[in-house]
Amino acid sequence: MLDQALSALLLQAGWNATLVALGAALLGAAAGGAGAFIFLRKRALVSDAVAHATLPGVALAFIVMVALGGDGRSLAGLLAGAAGSAWLGLLAVDRLTRRTRLPEDAAIGAVLSVFFGAGVVLLTVIQTMTAGRQAGLESFLLGATAGMLLEDAVVIALGAAGCALAVVLLRRPMTLVAFDPGFAASTGVNVARMDLAMMGLVMAVTVVGLKIVGLILIVALLIVPPVAARFWTERTDRLVAIAAGIGAVSGWVGAAISAAAPDLPTGAVIVMVAFALFLAGLLLSPARGVLAAVLRRRRFARRVHRRQGLLALAHDEPILEPLTRRLLRREGLLRADGVPTEGGRAEAAKARLDEARWAAMRARRDDAEAARYDGLTPIETVLAPDEIAELDRRLGPRAPEGA
Amino acid sequence: MRLRPARPTQPALVVERGRTLPDADAGEAALAVRGLTVSYGESPAVFDVDATFPAGSMTAIVGPNGAGKSTFLKAALGVVARVSGEVSVFGRPLEASRGRIAYVPQRASVDWDFPVRVIDVVEMGLWRGLGLLGRLTGAHRARAREALARVGMEGFAERQIGRLSGGQQQRVFLARALAQGADLHVLDEPFAGVDAATERAVVTVLKGLQAEGRTVIAVHHDLSTVRDYFGRVLLLNVRRIAEGPLDEAFTPETLQATYGGRLEAAGLGALAAG
Repeated sequence: MLDQALSALLLQAGWNATLVALGAALLGAAAGGAGAFIFLRKRALVSDAVAHATLPGVALAFIVMVALGGDGRSLAGLLAGAAGSAWLGLLAVDRLTRRTRLPEDAAIGAVLSVFFGAGVVLLTVIQTMTAGRQAGLESFLLGATAGMLLEDAVVIALGAAGCALAVVLLRRPMTLVAFDPGFAASTGVNVARMDLAMMGLVMAVTVVGLKIVGLILIVALLIVPPVAARFWTERTDRLVAIAAGIGAVSGWVGAAISAAAPDLPTGAVIVMVAFALFLAGLLLSPARGVLAAVLRRRRFARRVHRRQGLLALAHDEPILEPLTRRLLRREGLLRADGVPTEGGRAEAAKARLDEARWAAMRARRDDAEAARYDGLTPIETVLAPDEIAELDRRLGPRAPEGA
Repeated sequence: MRLRPARPTQPALVVERGRTLPDADAGEAALAVRGLTVSYGESPAVFDVDATFPAGSMTAIVGPNGAGKSTFLKAALGVVARVSGEVSVFGRPLEASRGRIAYVPQRASVDWDFPVRVIDVVEMGLWRGLGLLGRLTGAHRARAREALARVGMEGFAERQIGRLSGGQQQRVFLARALAQGADLHVLDEPFAGVDAATERAVVTVLKGLQAEGRTVIAVHHDLSTVRDYFGRVLLLNVRRIAEGPLDEAFTPETLQATYGGRLEAAGLGALAAG
């Protein structure tokens, strides 16, 4: 099974599997990129309503195609139906939010459940039909690549590529609207229309992704990549690019795993891969990660202990805190019996001088530099040497012997 | 009081070309607004306001809280929809003059945790000129840096905007407006919650803009500094109370009419006389 996954990963598993992996990667990139903007616009959950609103469209399209004498299996036809009802769902959320006093979360909840309920009813109706080949319709819920036709893979790959292109074209107005809608409007961007375009893009990604990821989990492919990307950057353009990359890797790897284990729903596998990438960021990100935060707190606590220990030494006070003693001893500033070493006395005098200089500066000025006093920052990093000399003159003979 | 029919479907309003506004004869008007009415719900936030801002002037919009100062500006720039009213910018319809306007929103209106650096925000001021496909050139980047230097923030270009003080954030917004290279600068409460040094820096930049012949309009809430910073005022309390040069429009009588009893209570009556 590992062999199979590996060969699918390396595009060695045959033309069909290769195209599915490519389609899934493109879909992931488009979803990550489009998702980044709704994440930044703080409207991530609208995509959940849109996704669930595709179900009645899929079912209706099937019924219509069968009624017209087909077998109801045309992916393009099913996706067209999905797009139609998703658009209705989107407009419903938009209108409910704009035209009534209903908050957006309530509008989303109402639209999501009503459309999904209608879809389930229609699916039940379909099960009683004798004509058509209904097998496979349920794969739209959780996604499946097993038994996917070549032409299906082409439809998905082309659709995903189109969505990715739209993300590239609209990146600037979408960024403006997400960051500062007032400013965006003042430069002539139609904010309401751009919001609708953003949601239309999300809808397109959702529809294209129905077959592979499924409507229940597509929201995860839209949201998890940008949230994961947020750990790694403070720039919008990079956030979008990283989210697209995480989405692409998730789609690719997920499709490969699913090729090796056809019983697993593809959508779930893809989302689990994306989640693993999210976890990596959560733990390892240098700026926003959990581990980095723990390390920063520890480092800060140690700086506080060291400084307070040195000041205690300077004032000939005993140090009782075990951590403080340990830190100073490790630096060779303190002997085991609590008496400072030569170096310890020098460092203590330096800390005391620093405090005295800060006190003199705070007494004299109330400007931005003085406001940076935190009891830890050495004054040399804030003031120029001549300014410090000036402070020392003010301190006069009372200035303690410095290092 | 004139009442104009509502025109809700066509917010972008138009003064036919060539037709001058009756109150715009004092040189070209940078911004002229007629009969502007805006409402949130049933009661108007701004009602039937006429105002003219001559090119090259520096005007404070003054009024009590909830007087519709910000709403007036947003509606004039098409940021919020108007119920009725006409707007022209440098004698042309608003939409035709977008490229000549720079708007600085209230600082509180954006999410400062947004993944964007100082220089990125300033460069947003250049995007309009780029279209969907254009790329930022070296000249663009130099212009953004220059704008940042003008507000004294060149050392902060790479910093994420959430890691700035309130005053620094205001300077970044101003730098974005400068990068736009606009002729009409419209600022919403640029001095709200900023430190004294930033207030001085912002005033210096605004006066510099006026010296270059540009027009400045700012919502301002500190009556005591109106005389130092601005040449004209628009006193607003849902309706227009007074408008014009300080000598004419910024008087104890007009302030009394704008603030009612609140002015006396705040002991600010003497300010206008000074």
